Amino acid sequence: MNRELFVQATYMVASVLFILGLRSLTKTDSARRGMQQAALGMLVAVVGTLLHHEIVRYEWIIAGLVLGSLIGYPLGVYVPMTAMPQRIAISHLFGALAATLVGVAEYYTHIRDGAEISPALMAALGFEVLFGALTVSGSFMAFGKLQEFITGRPVTYPGQNVMNLGVFAGAVGLFGYLIANPGHPALFYTMLGLALLFGFLLVLPIGGADMPVVISLMNSYAGLASSATGFAIGNNVLIIAGALDGASGFILSIIMSKAMNRSFRNILFGAFGSAPAAGAAKTSEGLSVQSISVEDAALRLAYARLVIVVPGYGLAVAQAQHQVRELAELIEKNGGEVKYAIHPVAGRMPGHMNVLLAEANIPYDKLKDMEEINHEFPNCDVALVIGANDVVNPAARNDKASPIYGMPILDVDKAQSVIVMKRSMNTGFAGIENELFYLPKTQMLFGDAKSSLTKLVQEIKNG
Amino acid sequence: MTPTAVIELYVFVLAGFVGFLVITRVPPLLHTPLMSATNAISAISLVGSLVAAGADRNTVSTILGFIAVTSATINAVGGFIITDRMLKMFRHQPAEPETKK
Repeated sequence: MNRELFVQATYMVASVLFILGLRSLTKTDSARRGMQQAALGMLVAVVGTLLHHEIVRYEWIIAGLVLGSLIGYPLGVYVPMTAMPQRIAISHLFGALAATLVGVAEYYTHIRDGAEISPALMAALGFEVLFGALTVSGSFMAFGKLQEFITGRPVTYPGQNVMNLGVFAGAVGLFGYLIANPGHPALFYTMLGLALLFGFLLVLPIGGADMPVVISLMNSYAGLASSATGFAIGNNVLIIAGALDGASGFILSIIMSKAMNRSFRNILFGAFGSAPAAGAAKTSEGLSVQSISVEDAALRLAYARLVIVVPGYGLAVAQAQHQVRELAELIEKNGGEVKYAIHPVAGRMPGHMNVLLAEANIPYDKLKDMEEINHEFPNCDVALVIGANDVVNPAARNDKASPIYGMPILDVDKAQSVIVMKRSMNTGFAGIENELFYLPKTQMLFGDAKSSLTKLVQEIKNG
Repeated sequence: MTPTAVIELYVFVLAGFVGFLVITRVPPLLHTPLMSATNAISAISLVGSLVAAGADRNTVSTILGFIAVTSATINAVGGFIITDRMLKMFRHQPAEPETKK
């Protein structure tokens, strides 16, 4: 009894430290310390669990802990910041896998021992396995798309939504049946299989630009699966940690879909950019862009008072964050000011651009949210757009036929002048023309962002 | 529904509520660290995996538990390290030399 009490006490300590750790993330200065305490909480809970009365053999536990640490440590230390979206996606996979397997082991053991499975237990196990399995395969797909071994373009085929809904309904139907009649292993494993299949199918039609929402949703589902594990094995710290994770992922998905002015349903079943846009959307016919030479761009930037840098996924692809900082330092040395305008869905996951720029040692005071910075564009001499497209497309404000109409955007078109760094004139992810590029005040600097920025830095230094 | 299940639901709802209140105040600046932090925290499912792997109930449970312990440990170890690595990068603007006293 005393041992059980001690175990519960460690769980309570862990729960408190987790909540305090998350609270510390509301302030940048306290964040690091808070999360270190949360890690300590985890350690305490694990040590406490090892004293659990049910645990009688330690060899497999030790093997798992050692193997997991051997894999986890390099995943924590060596993964570059540019690979962070896929790193986060795969961590959802691991989390959900653990929850799913515990659920399967629990169900298997009950059936094998002929123990009774109450409807409440079956409901918990069902949620655990449903959320867990679909997160495992969904996160795998997200990881594949971000790592680019699966095409980042949406994959669609006729009858896709009907098929997806059918698979989902099948899994939920089996779940409902199992709650009333839990003693059917074949149905349980079929449900598991359908949930796995649904995860694949769900993410298949979702393209790269919608990844922030998918990753947030998977974050939420992985948390809910953990929470369900807590219900199944009667463990409160699991319920609490899972609920925190679930709430966090849910809030992030809402923020992301608001930033794209789209509903969940639309993102999950809309297959953005797959079908050719309706004929009414504006095209580039009869318009031409002006390009700018590196020399002219350097001159303009060197004498600007206020430059607002607008980073997008292209910056991450080119891994040009350090060159951006070099350029900014030169502009600042010449007496100018540099700020960074971060759109909530710039990049492939929530906060992607902030992490990249922080890695390049750019102070976070200069990283501005959309609401903070938008009123400053009219005062800025040069808006420097690096690898961003849809988040600066004025069509979101003024072209009702555009698929991105209504999405909040950065008001780059209100700047005094605009320089857009871009590889080519290919359309952005959404496959729509960006009229910003055709404005008289806009000039294009074509080429790889990294080499263009390096040349700019050289030019300003020499000039 | 058993009394335990009711209490568990209470815990779930209250924890979700606390999570909602706390997380809505996290600035967008730290959204990526938030994601990796919550992911690391939910690796506490490790405690469930430990029981599955170590209770010696049957071979299937032990093997599945072993895989679960491995995956959860990957997240616990890797998740907290990478969160710390990210948070370490966020720094203030250095104070201007002339304004420093």
